[in-house]
Amino acid sequence: MRLPGAAALTLLLASPLGAEIRPDERRSDFHQMSPETRAMQTDDTANPGMLAVLDGEALWRAKAGPAGRSCADCHGDARITMRGVAARYPAWNAARGTPVGLAGQIDICRADRQGISAWPAESRERLAVTAYVAHQSRGMPISPPGDPEMAAARERGGRLFTARMGQLDLACAACHDDNWGKRLGGTPIPQAHPVGYPIYRLEWQAVGSLQRRLRNCLSGVRAEPFPYDAPELIELEAFLMQRAAGLPIETPAVRP
Amino acid sequence: MWFRLPVAAALACCTIGTHVSAQERGDAIPASLTGLPGDPARGRRIVADRTRGLCLLCHSAPIPEERFQGDLAPPLAGAGTRWSEGQLRLRVVDPRRLNPDTIMPSYLRRDGLTRVAPAWRGRPILEPQEIEDVVAYLATLREQP
Repeated sequence: MRLPGAAALTLLLASPLGAEIRPDERRSDFHQMSPETRAMQTDDTANPGMLAVLDGEALWRAKAGPAGRSCADCHGDARITMRGVAARYPAWNAARGTPVGLAGQIDICRADRQGISAWPAESRERLAVTAYVAHQSRGMPISPPGDPEMAAARERGGRLFTARMGQLDLACAACHDDNWGKRLGGTPIPQAHPVGYPIYRLEWQAVGSLQRRLRNCLSGVRAEPFPYDAPELIELEAFLMQRAAGLPIETPAVRP
Repeated sequence: MWFRLPVAAALACCTIGTHVSAQERGDAIPASLTGLPGDPARGRRIVADRTRGLCLLCHSAPIPEERFQGDLAPPLAGAGTRWSEGQLRLRVVDPRRLNPDTIMPSYLRRDGLTRVAPAWRGRPILEPQEIEDVVAYLATLREQP
């Protein structure tokens, strides 16, 4: 097939967007933060995210629903049974035929085991229990599961990561793969590894989820954010966790 | 690199957006998009405003009162010596025409985009006269960074 000159040239010029970060350059955004913010994260007595973790510990033990059952009644001591769990999410849920994030799994437990409705997205309780469970994996390397179904979800997430979106027509990869370390309006661009969610974000003055953070970026490029718990956000998370594989969990991380 | 692509830019005429027909010659759009001259003072305000021009998110510019400026893209200082007004106009209107991989959005584009939020749907980043103002301002930047 012959292409007209201009089209052939365009193809030559259109190199794929988003050169991946070299493995030896991959690191947590923790290292880009000011010494003060780093100290706030590493000192548990100064880390505001630890309040959510403590809150979550109380909720873990609280009996709820018609059966009066707590998380602990099934799972026992979270410090043992939940260790490493957050490092493996999102995970494939065979019964529902869908990838599920950690907060989504808590929703499922509430529905199936406790017989009560899910907490709303970004509610204090949902963030607290998620933070408590994820905190049990602090220091453990992110280890995405090998299910083929998850590979497919990750691939869809990866396509979203490199897709231009919004009025500003920018892909996630344009900043976080190609320009990390440079300054966007004075703010260093992170590699964007989801190592510490739920995080305490100074800009929010609150604990929030990765989905909230992803929706912030989508609004920033003037795209319509995906709704909370949309498959696209779970797929993006699955892709990002693979991209961050091996980096240690920091929950609750503090970020600017 | 992106300015060394005369072939890609040698497109006779194109329609950008829905109502502005911009005449491209070489790597430039020589004529004003509106037929009116731009106002460099208004252009400076647009460039400095990170919710309107957005320029300082990626570029630096000789606008000392704006402290937090980006460094993803070349400094705007000296732009008026590097490019003619017509070249600057094409680079704001549709930089993708010169480099399909550039992260800079096409400021006059209003369709063919993905998932644009309702508040911005069908609107270009800047209106044609605002682009003229920005081009007029950039043309005044004669000192190198």
